[in-house]
Amino acid sequence: MMLPVIFVFPLLQLLILVNAANMEMKHIKICIVDNDLSSSSRLITGKFSNSKFFTLQCHTFNMEDARRQLENDRADIVLHIPAGFERGLIRENKAKVQLLINAINGTVAGISNAYAAQILAGANREIIMQWYGIPKTQAASAAINIIPAFWYNPDMNYKIFMVPAILVLLVTLIGMMLATLNIVREKEMGNIEQINVTPIRKIHFITGKLLPFWIIALVMLAIGLLIGKLLYDIPMVGSLPLLFVVAGIYLLAMLGFGLMISNTAATQQQAMFVMFFFILIFIMMSGIFTPTDSMPHWAQTINYLNPVAYFMRIIRMILLKGSGFADIYRDFLILLGYGITVIIFAVIRYRKVS
Amino acid sequence: MKHFFGFVRKEFHHIFRDRRTLIILFGIPVAQMLLFGYIVTTEVKDARIAILDHSKDEITRKIVDKLSSSGYFIIAQHLTNEQEIGECFRKGTVKEVVVFEQGFAQKLQKEKTAPVHLIADASDANSANLVVNYTAGIINDFVVKENTSTLIPMQIVTEPRMLYNPELKGVYMFVPGTMAMILVLICALLTSVSIVREKELGTMEVLLVSPLKPLQIVLGKVTPYIFLSFVNVITILLLSNFVFGLPVRGSITLLLAESFLFISLALSIGILISSSTSSQQMAMVASMLGLMLPSILLSGFIFPIDNMPGWIQWICYINPTTYFIIILKNIMLKGLGFISVWKETAILAGMTLFLLMVSTKKFKVRLGGK
Repeated sequence: MMLPVIFVFPLLQLLILVNAANMEMKHIKICIVDNDLSSSSRLITGKFSNSKFFTLQCHTFNMEDARRQLENDRADIVLHIPAGFERGLIRENKAKVQLLINAINGTVAGISNAYAAQILAGANREIIMQWYGIPKTQAASAAINIIPAFWYNPDMNYKIFMVPAILVLLVTLIGMMLATLNIVREKEMGNIEQINVTPIRKIHFITGKLLPFWIIALVMLAIGLLIGKLLYDIPMVGSLPLLFVVAGIYLLAMLGFGLMISNTAATQQQAMFVMFFFILIFIMMSGIFTPTDSMPHWAQTINYLNPVAYFMRIIRMILLKGSGFADIYRDFLILLGYGITVIIFAVIRYRKVS
Repeated sequence: MKHFFGFVRKEFHHIFRDRRTLIILFGIPVAQMLLFGYIVTTEVKDARIAILDHSKDEITRKIVDKLSSSGYFIIAQHLTNEQEIGECFRKGTVKEVVVFEQGFAQKLQKEKTAPVHLIADASDANSANLVVNYTAGIINDFVVKENTSTLIPMQIVTEPRMLYNPELKGVYMFVPGTMAMILVLICALLTSVSIVREKELGTMEVLLVSPLKPLQIVLGKVTPYIFLSFVNVITILLLSNFVFGLPVRGSITLLLAESFLFISLALSIGILISSSTSSQQMAMVASMLGLMLPSILLSGFIFPIDNMPGWIQWICYINPTTYFIIILKNIMLKGLGFISVWKETAILAGMTLFLLMVSTKKFKVRLGGK
């Protein structure tokens, strides 16, 4: 019963979560209130409806109407072009438009605003061209031509970023969950006394407990990588053996951690909760969705103690950028030290008497 | 009835005796709010970049100064050749390299235009995009400031207004999600585990032969968790109000009523899980992977549903958490009334009824088999 769950759930998660965890902004729903109805306002509307970032949700004259769309989440942005917009543009050289943005998700709001500003700037240039015939601004002053290049992921495919992260998530969750629930389960069931009276040594007991989970987690990583390759065609630039070595060391730390929780907990429920608490913090701080270097300083310092952050960084570096051992050796050594310490600690903390 | 209250009291004792779980139960929402409030941000701040300046003239130095004093970037390295770009990307020390070609200033003066290459490490596509946009913005700003003498004709001035969250705080987004998550955690996960636990340890039979009716057993099991959930909801609301300055803009009564509806829903899912699994481990795995992750990732909590492919949007719309989050956002953040959320409420109520029916039926069938 447990085995299919261990394998099927992760695969489902890999199928669903990778597609779901998408921060690419497309289809921002815009509602345009055009009270001007001039050629300029039509040009702006056309620009927005042709953009791949925006979907023109409605086009109305009534501001109240647009606001209601915003409240009902049928629109994310409202662009208000007031009456007399074009006249102002011609006579006063300046005219205002208003953008109302639903900012509950601050990140999305910021990005939407930036895209809208880009499109408006483009429209502005075209309007100037229409009236003056030549790109006057460019001719008058010097301009710096900005040429961006996106290495390792020129299509800006967010999945490439997410697949390694989801792999980390799965390996961590399954490995740690099994390890955490293990000893405490025997405790709860009363089997632990029977093991305690056998002559088995602590180190052998711990190793014996850990080894199966360690192997299961690594097998899952392999399957996950295969699925990632087949379904999402994620790049594997770097050395896979290196990745597995790192994963093995990482798992040592996480499984040892799980065993420690299991050891000190009284019930499975308690162990589960303690684990969930730490996993949640570890994963959220690991840079799974957001870059770690925009975190506040104290948080970055705490992150030195977060094994997930190391693995998250390394798996992306190896898979996507082809980093070799020389590039990651510091993180690698820290992780190794971490793993050994945790295991030693788990062995010391394990007592044969309850 | 006396038996029933006795049973409820026993369940409360069970919960309060387990101090560690209790601490964590109240620690999770606090930790999560602090995490999301302070740590998990997508904004660009102190992003580490490198400069590859082949020109080293007055203008490139000015631009570099601009970048480093903007607060968005830390100039971590000055490179000397193209090879080093790949090297420092592979080490992960910088996110972007700004490359100036030789004779930048002269070119700008003579030809009126000169190229700047922004090479970004797009293995993190999102932040690469943001970093490049910010850099471009700063450079453009520099150009405009240098050219103040020329008047730009026919300027469209955009006035953006950020509704509901003018300072673009991350917390606004995460309070509703955290609330939904914690309710799923307590109601579905804890309940299912606590019922399965009795099964696994064999104490369920003891309860079944007691004068309590099956319905009373279930009710007695869930009552303490309803209580805990409400305490947590209130903790989250207080925290968001006093620490993050996020008031409830709509009616608090309505908010609590909707929370109660969602709690009943989560409880019925918990009961359903408990009656279809036989070990605590299974119940935990099922609620963790089958409930927790979807309610975090497939509910519009972190990722906008509109961005997902069609078939995943369908899953999101089956997921009750999606509706609860919409309701919370409308009431808490937008300050709207019941009229704006009646549809979502109706859907949740329907789901609750259905699940309650299925789960009580399943529970009885199982008892009949014993």
